[in-house]
Amino acid sequence: MSPIPTSYLWYIPLLPFAGFMVNGTLGRKLPRVLISTVALLCTALPASIVAWLWVTMRAPDAPDTLQTLTYPWIAITGFHANFALTVDHLTLIMLGVVTGVGFLIHIYSVGYMAHEDGYWRFFAYLNLFMFFMSVLVLADSFLLLFVGWEGVGLASYLLIGFYFKKTSAANAGKKAFVVNRIGDFGFLLAMFLLIAHFGSLTFSQVFSTIGQHPEWQGARFLTAIALLLVLGAAGKSAQIPLYIWLPDAMEGPTPVSALIHAATMVTAGIYMVARCHLLFDHAPIALTVVACIGAATAIFAASIGMVQHDIKRVLAYSTISQLGYMFMACGVGAYAAGIFHLLTHAFFKALLFLAAGSVIHALCGEQDMRNMGGLRKRIPITFWTMSAGVFAIAGIPPFAGFFSKDEILYQTFISPNPLHIVLWLVGLVTAGMTSFYMFRLWFKTFFGEPRTEQRETPGHPTHSVHESPWIMLFPLVVLAILSVIGGWVGVPAAMLGHDEIGHFLDPVFASGAAPVLTTGHSLELILALISVLTAAVGFYIAYLCYYKKPGTAAAFADRNKSAYALLASKYWVDEFYTNFLVVPLLMFTRGVLELIVDRGVVNGSGRAAGMATRGFAWATRSQISGNIRSYAGWLAFGAAAVLAVMVFGRSLWMHL
Amino acid sequence: MVPTAYYLVLAAMLFSIGIAAFLIKRNVITIFISIELMLNAVNLTFVAFAHMWHQVSGQIFVFFVMVVAAAEAAVGLAIIISIFRTRQTLNVDEIDLMKS
Repeated sequence: MSPIPTSYLWYIPLLPFAGFMVNGTLGRKLPRVLISTVALLCTALPASIVAWLWVTMRAPDAPDTLQTLTYPWIAITGFHANFALTVDHLTLIMLGVVTGVGFLIHIYSVGYMAHEDGYWRFFAYLNLFMFFMSVLVLADSFLLLFVGWEGVGLASYLLIGFYFKKTSAANAGKKAFVVNRIGDFGFLLAMFLLIAHFGSLTFSQVFSTIGQHPEWQGARFLTAIALLLVLGAAGKSAQIPLYIWLPDAMEGPTPVSALIHAATMVTAGIYMVARCHLLFDHAPIALTVVACIGAATAIFAASIGMVQHDIKRVLAYSTISQLGYMFMACGVGAYAAGIFHLLTHAFFKALLFLAAGSVIHALCGEQDMRNMGGLRKRIPITFWTMSAGVFAIAGIPPFAGFFSKDEILYQTFISPNPLHIVLWLVGLVTAGMTSFYMFRLWFKTFFGEPRTEQRETPGHPTHSVHESPWIMLFPLVVLAILSVIGGWVGVPAAMLGHDEIGHFLDPVFASGAAPVLTTGHSLELILALISVLTAAVGFYIAYLCYYKKPGTAAAFADRNKSAYALLASKYWVDEFYTNFLVVPLLMFTRGVLELIVDRGVVNGSGRAAGMATRGFAWATRSQISGNIRSYAGWLAFGAAAVLAVMVFGRSLWMHL
Repeated sequence: MVPTAYYLVLAAMLFSIGIAAFLIKRNVITIFISIELMLNAVNLTFVAFAHMWHQVSGQIFVFFVMVVAAAEAAVGLAIIISIFRTRQTLNVDEIDLMKS
């Protein structure tokens, strides 16, 4: 196959945008078949372009990066920005995830949303998201990346609040938007600093400048830029302290949770950190912060996930936890491992969400795991596909999650970071907890006694449990296969593999990365064994508590009431934010901004202008008599005054 | 040769008379005449300065003023006739349509 012309790169974002325009403007009048055809075509074509791109870039003599023509965008004195699209191996992996998983989720949505109102709106928003997400990963500069960054935030807001008539959904959308603004603020400040120090926002220029100045290692301004970027990434990728929006984002339709809030958008932060790895390598403090945030988020979210009852919320906290893993990997300099986990996580987490959606679909909207159970025989395909996802995320070999998670733990263990043992332990405990809560979900949903019978009232025969249509099961099957084999692209040498993904990413990460430490294969194998054992322990506890003797967990929770309450109420973080940030902010707004600034200064100045005009009018009203001769008199007086000023004014002015 | 100042003084006097009549007189026709007087005072200055500088543009400008004045006279007289037909008066103090 011939190499791809670079101008074709523009089609990757523009086709979904065209789909958005068609469905967004005409969709209300179009039949559903046509809407889904447009939406699917506009995601399938970019996916095939990406496949072509993949073939081109994998060719033996292919360049490391492809770039479109550059067009001027902003040109003012001292600063100019161009826009162009660029593809390197990192972008290629992201594009594969975005277009591939995105296309599968579009297919799934056709079935999932079939009976919903606002069908056209849903697909228009989904295509809009695909547009911005491809802009984000294809951007060649921080500025264009920021455009995509904000755009996916917008699409996320629109889709979380898709059921906008439900107050909780509308509020969740607002919460996501506002929390993300805090992160974007950091991103903006970082861009300002970049302009101040580099005069450019183009990746290649910034990074080559950094590469030319080895003496900048640990420079303060680089650390500041990196820390501000971390703030942005923490907002988008739901890390401490800005993770609170993601669990609430589950108010959106399930395909949205799978696409935006698990597979693609939330990984934008990890992508950004990996993209800026040169910058982060020069700012070790920021890198340590990234690692600590990641590890803390991983264990924190996992501990909350253990006690949630809503099937989607378990998955949401699991997503936060896994994103923490990726952050931790980036923080110890193992960017390739982080991206590898991003890839496998996209497969199995999208699968888990879609399967959870299929379960919810089967139970006609039931999301509480306490009302599920015994579904294994009734929705077998969903069960088997979801099992693949559960095994993958729990880290059971040879499923996808095992290899990527193990790579992260190994890289953390051997990293030169002084905290590496602590980080590794945290990661290991998190792996155990992940295994526990995923198998808890698995057992509670698919095993045990059916707890759904009471819903099958005679009057509502449609309420009986049913397997989803094939259009929903097909993406599940594809993703399940990927969840099984997806990890095999990164089998480390210690397990007789070739770590293909690591070598594939070498052109991106090798340039500035620390030399890879080799510690021999035995250590890697021992660590892998430990993490598998941890996963097995998690499985065994879940098996005991939720299959062998159901009720064990409840009894345990009863004995440790305070600990359970702490977890069940999510460490009261939301309450803490409400009381210490939102309430003071509201008091400040209501007390100072509203009363003094808005009512006092803004309204006051308006009122004063009105009063002044009225007073002046009252004083001059008597002159409007309708008498032409008085008007003429004023006219003559005015002309005389102008004349006098023109003749005498200058000399008067001089004498004063 | 008559000095330019003489023409200017005459023009100023004519203009002042025009203004005074414009302000004092109540009859619309008279006011109209006073406007013409002021216009012609200005014309006189134009011509005087044109003569002084040996420039023809001032004199051309006077033609324009005359043309505009003729047009204005036609429109103005038509307005006056229609006002008289409706109000039976030419006293400007009684024509106070612009009173607020």
